[in-house]
Amino acid sequence: MSEPESAAEPPERGPIVTPTRVVAGVCLLAPFVAMLWVSSYARIEPKLIGIPFFYWYQMLWVPVSTVLTAVAYKLVQREQRARKGGVAK
Amino acid sequence: MTAHSSSAALAAPSAEGVNGVALAVFVFFFVAVTVMGFLAARWRKAEQSASLDEWGLGGRSFGTWITWFLLGGDLYTAYTFVAVPAAIYAAGAAGFFAVPYTILVYPLIFTFLPRLWSVSHKHGYVTTSDFVRGRFGSKGLSLAVALTGILATMPYIALQLVGIQAVLDVMGVGGGENTNWFVKDLPLLIAFAVLAAYTYSSGLRAPALIAFVKDGLIYLVIIVAIVYIPIKLGGFDHIFDAAGKAFAQPGAVPGKPRGELTSGPHAQWAYATLALGSALALFMYPHSITATLSSRSRNVIRRNTTILPLYSLMLGFLALLGFMAITAGTDIKGNPQLAIPQLFEDMFPSWFSGVAFAAIGIGALVPAAIMSIAAANLFTRNVYKDFLKPGATAEQEHKVAKLVSLLVKVGALVFVLTMDKTVAINFQLLGGIWILQTMPALVGGLFTRWFHRWALLAGWAVGMIYGTLAAYGVASPTQKHFGGSAAEIPGIGEIGYIGLTAFVLNVVVTVVLTFALKAAKAPDGVDETSPGDYTADIGDKGVTADLPQAPAEAPAEH
Repeated sequence: MSEPESAAEPPERGPIVTPTRVVAGVCLLAPFVAMLWVSSYARIEPKLIGIPFFYWYQMLWVPVSTVLTAVAYKLVQREQRARKGGVAK
Repeated sequence: MTAHSSSAALAAPSAEGVNGVALAVFVFFFVAVTVMGFLAARWRKAEQSASLDEWGLGGRSFGTWITWFLLGGDLYTAYTFVAVPAAIYAAGAAGFFAVPYTILVYPLIFTFLPRLWSVSHKHGYVTTSDFVRGRFGSKGLSLAVALTGILATMPYIALQLVGIQAVLDVMGVGGGENTNWFVKDLPLLIAFAVLAAYTYSSGLRAPALIAFVKDGLIYLVIIVAIVYIPIKLGGFDHIFDAAGKAFAQPGAVPGKPRGELTSGPHAQWAYATLALGSALALFMYPHSITATLSSRSRNVIRRNTTILPLYSLMLGFLALLGFMAITAGTDIKGNPQLAIPQLFEDMFPSWFSGVAFAAIGIGALVPAAIMSIAAANLFTRNVYKDFLKPGATAEQEHKVAKLVSLLVKVGALVFVLTMDKTVAINFQLLGGIWILQTMPALVGGLFTRWFHRWALLAGWAVGMIYGTLAAYGVASPTQKHFGGSAAEIPGIGEIGYIGLTAFVLNVVVTVVLTFALKAAKAPDGVDETSPGDYTADIGDKGVTADLPQAPAEAPAEH
């Protein structure tokens, strides 16, 4: 199962592991830790407008993971532009 | 997307009165999208149209928004909209795994699919099997991947029909037990004839255009439902109280309650492995790949992973409707699949029920079209061209693909009409387990050439056999075999998703055999790709915005 995660930093021109890529990798990895750790959210309380924690917490992770993916996207994009010598598309 | 709810016993509901207003609204939308489907052939048309790139990938020209609608229409199918709330209705928390599952899909797509896009553009690959053949120089491995894809897609198409049937049944046009079979199935036959005709003539452009209407309707219906129904039922507090009481009652398994409001200590492994395994399997499906490869650039894919989760949010809300059906005391006539259509019928005024049913009905047509196109691409490229007629021209490929897309749909139709619906659900469940076994070859191949082609083939075979046997051994209160997709994980002792266990076994076999084969100096196939191909983007040398001629000639035979 570690395969897809470790694959987050594809080999490219230049060094393979860069600080930017590590941060992007962490952003992409975080939802896996949060969602697969079921016992951390398998409870009823606290409720939100009557909806048990179990449901609203997981739905909250939809926007959270979206923001994380967007951050990863921006980071990867910026680095790619830098590598191509600032050629913006 | 699937809900793995095979426990849903599907009894044929009896017909009641026909809901005229709802039916009229439904028919109106249906006719409208049919017209759109045929007009789609002219939309964004390229000069040279008789090729698989044009018909099967929409000319690889789709931008961020079209790709968003296409992928959304593709991954969140009518069956999903019926089955996820049905699973919640039947068992509670366990059915909610669809939400973490779709959350995990996007980081995975972000990581893998841009690489597949690049290498496919560079070499003119139309399917995943094209890539596997090019990367590992093995037609056998490519054939295994192609057949797995076709096999896994067929029951998926059949389930879209099950989704339409649920809607037709609730509207009262599904026919009862004693109706003549032809009259009973006529609406379904018409829907499918229409679908087949415009897919044949317009290719991937038809579902891409119709997806706009489908998603517009779906969003509208869910937003209205999630606001209107809780107000009518007295708020979420009351809904979950009532649902909690209903779940505490004894269920189908003797000595156990019907369901739970949160995932219990013994259900958490199953919950997590189902979410992860389904997420890994989802984008291995040919139809996800087809929608991805039809996009214009790498960044279209990555940008999409940041906007597609909006669908997951909708799915979460939709799942909550399952609880509302319990509270409202919806009469499901012994078939949980009817919970949501029946809830709409009970709660909404007739005309809006019609809109809701149209949303589900059209929601079945889009993925069914994309799936049949994807299966046709696979057959044409990796069976017909590789094995039956190596010298096929672009025109011949195009013709064969169109024919196969018809055959695949007819096959699905026969499947649904002649066999019990549980059979379709069982096969769909197996399909998810099977398709996951192509992952080491595909994703492994995207990042490394270390794996040996024969080891990958052996790993695939072991995964397929284990997965099938393990699924066969699962019993449920209503079925002796294929009763579910979770079984005890050997060595861990917890209940987990069979597909994921088979996948781990697959990887272990592949790694061990790769070491052995390398030590024995077994011949490695020819790799026609180079490292730079995996990061190529529009504007780079050798990558043009459109590849009108390339796909027919580019993949050199070895």
